[in-house]
Amino acid sequence: MTVNPDSLTIASALDGLAKKDFTAVELTEACIKAMQAARPLNAVITETPDKALEMAKAADARRSKGEAGLLDGIPLAIKDLFATEGVLTTAASHILDGFKPAYESTATANLWKAGAVMLGKLNLDEFAMGSSNETSYYGPVVNPWRAKDGTKLVPGGSSGGSAAAVSAGFALGATGTDTGGSIRQPASLCGITGIKPTYGRVSRWGIVAFASSLDQAGPMTRTVRDSALMLQAMAGFDPKDSTSVDRPVPDYVANLEGGVKGMRIGIPREYRMDGMDAEITTLWEQGKQWLKEAGAEIVDINLPHTHYALATYYIVAPAEASSNLARYDGVRFGLRVPGKDLTEMYENTRGEGFGREVQRRIMIGTYVLSAGYYDAYYTKAQKVRTLIRKDFEQAFQRVDAILTPTAPNAAFPIGMKNDDPVTMYLNDVFTVPTSLAGLPGMSVPAGLNSEGLPLGLQLIGKPFEEAQLLRLGRSLEKVANYTAKPFHWWES
Amino acid sequence: MAEKDYIQGATGAWEIVIGMEVHAQVSSKSKLFSGADTTFGAEPNHQVSLVDAAMPGMLPVINAYCVEQAVRTGLGLKAQINLHSVFDRKNYFYADLPQGYQISQYLQPIVGKGVLLLDMPDGSTREIGITRLHLEQDAGKSLHDQSPRESFIDLNRSGVALMEIVSEPDMRNSEEAGLYLKKLRTIVRYLGTCDGNMDEGSMRADVNVSVRKPGGPLGTRCEIKNVNSVRFVQQAIEYEARRQIEVLEDGGKIDQETRLFDTGKGVTRSMRSKEEAHDYRYFPDPDLMPLEFEQSWVDGIKATLPELPDEKKARFIEKLGLSPYDASVLVAEKESADFYEKVAKGRDGKLAANWVIGDYFGLLNKSGQSMEDFVITAEKLGGLIDLIADNTISTRLAKDVFALMVETGKDAATIVEEKGMRQVTDTGAIEKVIDEVMAANPDKVAEYRSGKDKLFGFFVGQTMKASGGKANPNAVNELLKKKLAG
Repeated sequence: MTVNPDSLTIASALDGLAKKDFTAVELTEACIKAMQAARPLNAVITETPDKALEMAKAADARRSKGEAGLLDGIPLAIKDLFATEGVLTTAASHILDGFKPAYESTATANLWKAGAVMLGKLNLDEFAMGSSNETSYYGPVVNPWRAKDGTKLVPGGSSGGSAAAVSAGFALGATGTDTGGSIRQPASLCGITGIKPTYGRVSRWGIVAFASSLDQAGPMTRTVRDSALMLQAMAGFDPKDSTSVDRPVPDYVANLEGGVKGMRIGIPREYRMDGMDAEITTLWEQGKQWLKEAGAEIVDINLPHTHYALATYYIVAPAEASSNLARYDGVRFGLRVPGKDLTEMYENTRGEGFGREVQRRIMIGTYVLSAGYYDAYYTKAQKVRTLIRKDFEQAFQRVDAILTPTAPNAAFPIGMKNDDPVTMYLNDVFTVPTSLAGLPGMSVPAGLNSEGLPLGLQLIGKPFEEAQLLRLGRSLEKVANYTAKPFHWWES
Repeated sequence: MAEKDYIQGATGAWEIVIGMEVHAQVSSKSKLFSGADTTFGAEPNHQVSLVDAAMPGMLPVINAYCVEQAVRTGLGLKAQINLHSVFDRKNYFYADLPQGYQISQYLQPIVGKGVLLLDMPDGSTREIGITRLHLEQDAGKSLHDQSPRESFIDLNRSGVALMEIVSEPDMRNSEEAGLYLKKLRTIVRYLGTCDGNMDEGSMRADVNVSVRKPGGPLGTRCEIKNVNSVRFVQQAIEYEARRQIEVLEDGGKIDQETRLFDTGKGVTRSMRSKEEAHDYRYFPDPDLMPLEFEQSWVDGIKATLPELPDEKKARFIEKLGLSPYDASVLVAEKESADFYEKVAKGRDGKLAANWVIGDYFGLLNKSGQSMEDFVITAEKLGGLIDLIADNTISTRLAKDVFALMVETGKDAATIVEEKGMRQVTDTGAIEKVIDEVMAANPDKVAEYRSGKDKLFGFFVGQTMKASGGKANPNAVNELLKKKLAG
């Protein structure tokens, strides 16, 4: 039978596979076809159709023997920040030219162990640095959602390829990584669901590092249930990652339909910002109303240091990045541009290999760690980070979760915010505090704006309370009843 | 501070001030943050994990054994063990530093202040302060001599665990610096935390040298990097101190800088100037959690420490009656101390020490063999000493017996028996020899009796010779005196 992957979710595809409505190979073939048709979106850096079919065949074999795993036969696409054994891994950077790792990241290995199938490696902002997927060496990703006048829009970033792949319907799910909002913001801009788990919940081993104290991988899917399923497979303690946390992974699916009755939801005053898009404010109000109607109690809360979060983030993240990216030096792998001596080889390689945004952040990071500036910037940022974390700790004594907008705007035209990096950085204003506090946050699509573009709402949970957060997200998803899908203009 | 330690310059006396940073490789089968092997002498790039090569997405995981070794070393230096310590990144670019940073400890090291005792040749001791000990990764090695155009990189050492042990600027001459290095090596070898092999690079020293007028404020120091033998450390200090004095006496000033010791020419040379000085941008490594210990864990390690050289030395002096000098010679290597204790067991401690330090070490060094392989075991040397103690052989004969033991591998008793070297204490037999000697030299007897006392030595010599050296010297003296007196 013909399978239309765009009409499926991970959960419904698993049903179809179980009921033998279609095989994993049939499903995968359909996804590959849709992926190839969606090339105008530039969401994929490396397509791996042969590998996908091989994995799908193996999945069918397992299923026929009754040995199917949690995600057996489900075609997923992988953000090209995860090392995949023998498959080009670029971080969307010129500097990783030709790099095929001899190892597989723990997070993706966990997905393959659960039986998932890899369709390809997805485009992203270079080294995950960006909020619009325009810093990629491989060119910008186009949002499947277009403006009414047909203007091409950004999908958000840095997991722009992931959001586009899921939104466009060729991958049933995708991996993302989130350092300051890189799962949640593109999920919001593309009308899909994405969860950034608690820091330490998913192993960072084998994921190209951007800012080690913030980076966290998570799923990007069409439904909350699908996110629960994917996170179930991805999460877990990994002795190879010293910041991974050794605690059992609960069943994320079991209580998904448990509802929100009696849950206390905090609304932070500080997230109501001057000059914020009125439609975002309206949607946030709507979200409060929905949750109230569903039985939750709405509580006003304060997160007094929110205002400093973005500045803090843009010290901590570049500082760590400036050091993490020192290993791309042209000596052992990737690009090497020769020079007359070692220093010149470094300068040539890094000058040519890194794009402008990456270079900017390396310079900011190097500056804030320099002798004489360290205390004024890095030390102070760490102190503020502690205050931000304490804000949340205090709030969570009164509430179970927090509701905010995910991003201050809907998807915007490609090229619009490229002149001023600070304007671009403002896209992460609602997601960055959660990252600094290491808390789980998810974006759930909640509605369309007057332009017909999707908007998401963010739910923030207590550390390691992903199960509760997903349950809440499921309730929001149900009451919002968001069903909109982009018109497949790229296929015509 | 003794006058003799001052260097006389044109403008008067100068005092040298020396502090040392010693990098000691942790004895561990695997590296500090990866499971890669650390065995010395492997093929280049054959002991490199993905972490050591800093492949994208790789993360360090602390090797608990190395941490334990660092704590053990700290305890051996009677130092403060910090229950909370932090790993930092020291950022700089070099081709043999794959991560672009070295994981080290900066503001919060694992071990704090401690102390080390120098054993001075006159038997006294001198206290040198230990500032801190921290754990860090070694870098790889750049090979510049393999190709005319390219440099090659060997990452076998990349990520190997080092302890950087920093002293206070408490040393005042090159001799003390040498003694410091040797004592530190002794301690880590006793502890089993570093093999101390300087020629394999397991221990290297960065030496900080400055000079000042006696009692004056500290001068500007220069750091001589990576010196890899006790002798070179001493030569480097001698050269560097004189260089600095010359600069200062010529009206110049010392730039704080890093210098290299040219072992061929015996001089130090500037490595990089202040303008090129690195800003290492230290910050806590976000890939690693702080190290946290319970005091009880530290106490558990403390309970397993062996007897350390200072304690052993004190016991040898107190319980076995050795001089401080002999005791410090014997404890310098745990192997020799153990050997000595076996020899001394149930015997005279001083006699045993004389034999171990004198004849045994002498012939051992001459053989070029290790103590383990050398033909003389503690049991054999003990057997020889027993024959001296019970007067079977004289001390003089014992030396010949010992030489034969080394030559033949036989034990002392067998040699004495086979060669008939047993000491003659039978007075009848000795008297018989004396009678023969006197009968053969009637003129000398007459001369002696007429007052030429000096001839007594002649009669002793003749008697010993006639007895084949076996006559007991005391008995010979006594009997000769009696007989010659008539």
